[in-house]
Amino acid sequence: MPIDKRVGSAAQALADVEDGATVLISGFGGAGFPNVLIRALRERNLENLTLVVNSATHRYSLTHELIEAGQVRKVVCSAARGREGGLSAFEQLWKDGKIELECLPQGTFAEAIRAGGAGIPAFYTPAGFGTDLTKGKETRRFGNRDYVLEPAITGDLALVRADTADVYGNLTFRFAQMNFSPAMATAARLTIAEVRAVEDAPIAHERVQVPGVFVDRIVRASE
Amino acid sequence: MSAAKPLPLNRRQMAWRAAQDIKAGALVNLGMGMPVHVSDYLDAAGDVFIHSENGVIGAGPLAASERADPDLVDASSRRITLRSGASIVDSAWSFAMIRGGHIDVTILGAFEVASNGDLANWDMRVPDKGPLVGGAMDLASGARAVWVIMEHNTRKGAPRLVEACTLPLTGKACVKRIYTDLAVVDVTPSGFLVREVLDGLSREELQKRSAARLAFAADCRPLSAPSLPDTE
Repeated sequence: MPIDKRVGSAAQALADVEDGATVLISGFGGAGFPNVLIRALRERNLENLTLVVNSATHRYSLTHELIEAGQVRKVVCSAARGREGGLSAFEQLWKDGKIELECLPQGTFAEAIRAGGAGIPAFYTPAGFGTDLTKGKETRRFGNRDYVLEPAITGDLALVRADTADVYGNLTFRFAQMNFSPAMATAARLTIAEVRAVEDAPIAHERVQVPGVFVDRIVRASE
Repeated sequence: MSAAKPLPLNRRQMAWRAAQDIKAGALVNLGMGMPVHVSDYLDAAGDVFIHSENGVIGAGPLAASERADPDLVDASSRRITLRSGASIVDSAWSFAMIRGGHIDVTILGAFEVASNGDLANWDMRVPDKGPLVGGAMDLASGARAVWVIMEHNTRKGAPRLVEACTLPLTGKACVKRIYTDLAVVDVTPSGFLVREVLDGLSREELQKRSAARLAFAADCRPLSAPSLPDTE
């Protein structure tokens, strides 16, 4: 059978995701949020999800819908603050002790995912040494600097957003849309990409930013 | 009648002052708030590249609204343009650039800086608000030089230059230079060393408004800036 990773709908692509899954979700600053997949995931009405996402909630992302719907047990992120004014959906649940939070420096967050996808179980970083965020973590001195041992992150599912794909799952991105997608695509057992367009012809090798080997399913964002 | 009190620098003037110290060809990361204004005062001929933690290397000015592209944003979610020679990488590579010592200077906002260079700029202990650390800790530990722009005192008058930070740390012994509305101060192995004092402000007054001992450089100069409208 020739390879063709296209799937008819986001719902179909997510049909076999289970309760308790750890879900890596891309996006930063309004670019690269896989919102079609996030909404379809919410419609699955799963429980006890762990989200690995840079911002727990972001005004351009739909992660708040999963959180408000009570489907999320834990969030791993570098930013858990809502906008000015009242508390965000996440902050309210966190304050009430109904959702768990792990906050990491953003570079540690990114590298933990990269390491996870690269078969590295943990790594030392200088970021956060001597701060509250790394309290209790193992440290070690190399040369004249102190480093913190940080475990890698892997997941059951990665949801990423790209600009174009081909049937092999090769991806291209627009501008800063890339952010966490390449690392996340490597670190999950199942990676689904939502894309603006699927190219009929294979994407030229020098334009491929994430090779299809890391992408299992492709969904077109606009049905 | 006493002499008129010298006017502290406003936020744009502080950004202007920091911009004067950025060398041609530098790769610079600017934090949220006051530091982002530094890019408005860089010498265009100097070919400075602005790095944004989401992977943009060579961020240009903000995009005009009709040209704004939701996929082209900086670390503050602002829609930007690219300068010539720009490139874009993914987050893991962007932070490899930060952690690996490839950023010449990062300029960050701060709540407090201690005389040993400890930085507190991420957690003000606001009840119930979730933490937001972003890339601050990676920048503090990875950039080749960490500079801070901050007002010398809080709105209530509390000094931000301190012997030891009272707020949670972002990084230990990382700050090299501080630009305030009253002074330019280096962090040295023997503590704060004032390079410039606001024109017309006495050393005694500057010391009174600081909570750590200040030493003054032998060639300590008056601090002044061109007239610039303050940020809103």
